Amino acid sequence: MSPRDRILAKLRAARPAEALPAPSLDAHYDPRARGESTSARAARFRAGIESFHAEVHLTTDAEWPALLARLCVDKAVGTLMFGADTPSGRRLDSAIFAGTALRPWAGQIEDLKADLFHRVGAGFTETRGAVAETGSLILWPSDAEPRTLSLVPPVHFALLDARTIHPTFFDAIRAENWGAGMPTNALLISGPSKTADIQQTLAYGAHGPKELVVLVINAEGETQ
Amino acid sequence: MSAPTTQPGGETRPLAFVSAQALRERMHAAVNDPHLRTSFRGAMDFLMAKRAAQFPDESELTSLRELSEGIRQYSLSKLPDLLEQLETNLTRNGVHVHWAETPDEANAIMLGIARRHAAKLIVKGKSMVSEEIEFNHAMEAAGIGALESDMGEYIVQLAGEKPSHIIMPAIHQTKQQIARLFADHIPGVDYTDNVDALIQIGRRVLREKFEEAEIGLSGVNFAVAESGTLCLVENEGNGRMCTTVPKVHIAVTGIEKVVEKLEHVAPLFSILTRSATGQAVSTYFNMISGPRKPDEKDGPEEVHLVLLDNGRSQAYADEQLRKTLQCIRCGACMNHCPVYTRIGGHAYGTTYPGPIGKIVSPHMMGLEQTHLLPTVSTLCGACGEVCPVKIPIPELLIRLRGEAQSKPHALPAMVGQGAGYDRLTTFVWRMWARVYGRPGSYRAFSWLASRFRMFAPSQQAGWTAARTPLTPAPRRLRDMVRNRR
Repeated sequence: MSPRDRILAKLRAARPAEALPAPSLDAHYDPRARGESTSARAARFRAGIESFHAEVHLTTDAEWPALLARLCVDKAVGTLMFGADTPSGRRLDSAIFAGTALRPWAGQIEDLKADLFHRVGAGFTETRGAVAETGSLILWPSDAEPRTLSLVPPVHFALLDARTIHPTFFDAIRAENWGAGMPTNALLISGPSKTADIQQTLAYGAHGPKELVVLVINAEGETQ
Repeated sequence: MSAPTTQPGGETRPLAFVSAQALRERMHAAVNDPHLRTSFRGAMDFLMAKRAAQFPDESELTSLRELSEGIRQYSLSKLPDLLEQLETNLTRNGVHVHWAETPDEANAIMLGIARRHAAKLIVKGKSMVSEEIEFNHAMEAAGIGALESDMGEYIVQLAGEKPSHIIMPAIHQTKQQIARLFADHIPGVDYTDNVDALIQIGRRVLREKFEEAEIGLSGVNFAVAESGTLCLVENEGNGRMCTTVPKVHIAVTGIEKVVEKLEHVAPLFSILTRSATGQAVSTYFNMISGPRKPDEKDGPEEVHLVLLDNGRSQAYADEQLRKTLQCIRCGACMNHCPVYTRIGGHAYGTTYPGPIGKIVSPHMMGLEQTHLLPTVSTLCGACGEVCPVKIPIPELLIRLRGEAQSKPHALPAMVGQGAGYDRLTTFVWRMWARVYGRPGSYRAFSWLASRFRMFAPSQQAGWTAARTPLTPAPRRLRDMVRNRR
């Protein structure tokens, strides 16, 4: 018998005759399914993620590229890397990014690892949504926006449509039926990387981004 | 290698598992180390206050704890089926699933993977299971570097120590000690005890390693059967680095970590971070469901999961002991433990210290080595009260004391049952029970005790080491009550 079969046989011999009833999550989460407005939900999200040291800017669908260009200059990022093959990526135009080199991701990570680790100052990604309760961004990295864009550069800019904010993580999983199929990698991101491993003293910029900047659009509500 | 260490016993090498006798000596040394006690007292007070601040609403905490306990118990009741479902879905997603009954088997599997890729360096995210199986030593013995990248684990590895806490591994070290360690061990680094500067040094050193390593290793916080997803909780980003940048990712975990549905993870994740470090959420929640797809541009080309038993199936076989496996490794029990706070994590000599360590280690190591562990407790009950999945830890400690001290019998629930059995002790307690269990003999005994109180010994083993001897009262309570009537 293989280790697998032996382990399973031991567990099978010992397991309860009947499985326990499935736990009901709805009872716990129901009271939170607030009928709050998009702007109220965005405000809760903002308070949450700001408490984790993220920088949040409310902007509009028309104006965010210019705001991003300005923030890149303010933070002296030098080179901004992004996925060119997304609706937002297509709107990053070097004409408005004076002083910042725009570099679309091209090729496999093996080809650009050294640049990504040493020369790219910031990464830009879209987000799939967010969680209001905890102030967390939801990212599903893809072939268009690889995982390391939100991880390796020292600054991560994330674009969030406030209409995609869920009350809780549970609501996001339920509403979008995540259980039916997950991407290779999915992430919740709540602030820049941090650690308190030295004498419980909080320090930002541990191994991932030192700064997380969130550009929120459509926070005013269902006007469009 | 100079290793500034506050380890009791003064070892500078990683700890070996300690005998019952050595355990007594280590605890004694730890209690007599005022520096260590101050470190732990401060850290535990900090963590307790942070956790309390996360649960302002008692009814929400009650509801979340009950839900979390329910999910863990439900998952365990279907454990073999869920493990098979997990294996099927992970395999479908392109993940290689391996099974290991022992630490040696687990290490052999991972060594095989490392050799196949001619790996020189494995960069590690935080994994207590890798500590449990002494992964670093197994790799180093085979000439492969295993480097910890969690800041706390990195510090502990530099110092040649083991983690003293499952969540905050370097909690026993002061920033001055860490500053000295960095200056002594990292080329070109001058002494600084500025925490931000120290973290930036660690970041710089370890970033090179993420780039260079062929393999990344991680643990798993929750494995989701329905989708074949491995979930990792972390703040630093090193876990994401280890599971994203190297060409191969190996995850190693105990067989008990599986849950059925992805939605089951939501409440467990919430109560985990709040109980562990008093954070509403961790910086990253990383859900991995497979290797890099053909059109994807990064991520590992190969993902492996190693499922480890190492005594867990023994705990599973007993309805009461099975509750041990509900654990989500938050560390709240140690943060609230008066014994852990006073002796620190190293004194136990086990990978998992504190209350959870006392109930899980006997299954991993057998009671021969661990029969004293369940007695390293005041049974105050704090651990059971704060446990986010309501493991009745005090009840399990009493059960394990029974297993350890009872006369060896033919069908033991645990390896090493009866390892702490002592005929004299058993005889003495049996006599005590006989005398105290019957009114007549109890009356006679207490009458004799008060009459012959001058014969009470002045040396009473451990009791008189720091206290005055116990002497029976000159008059019994019952006599005094009778005279007052």
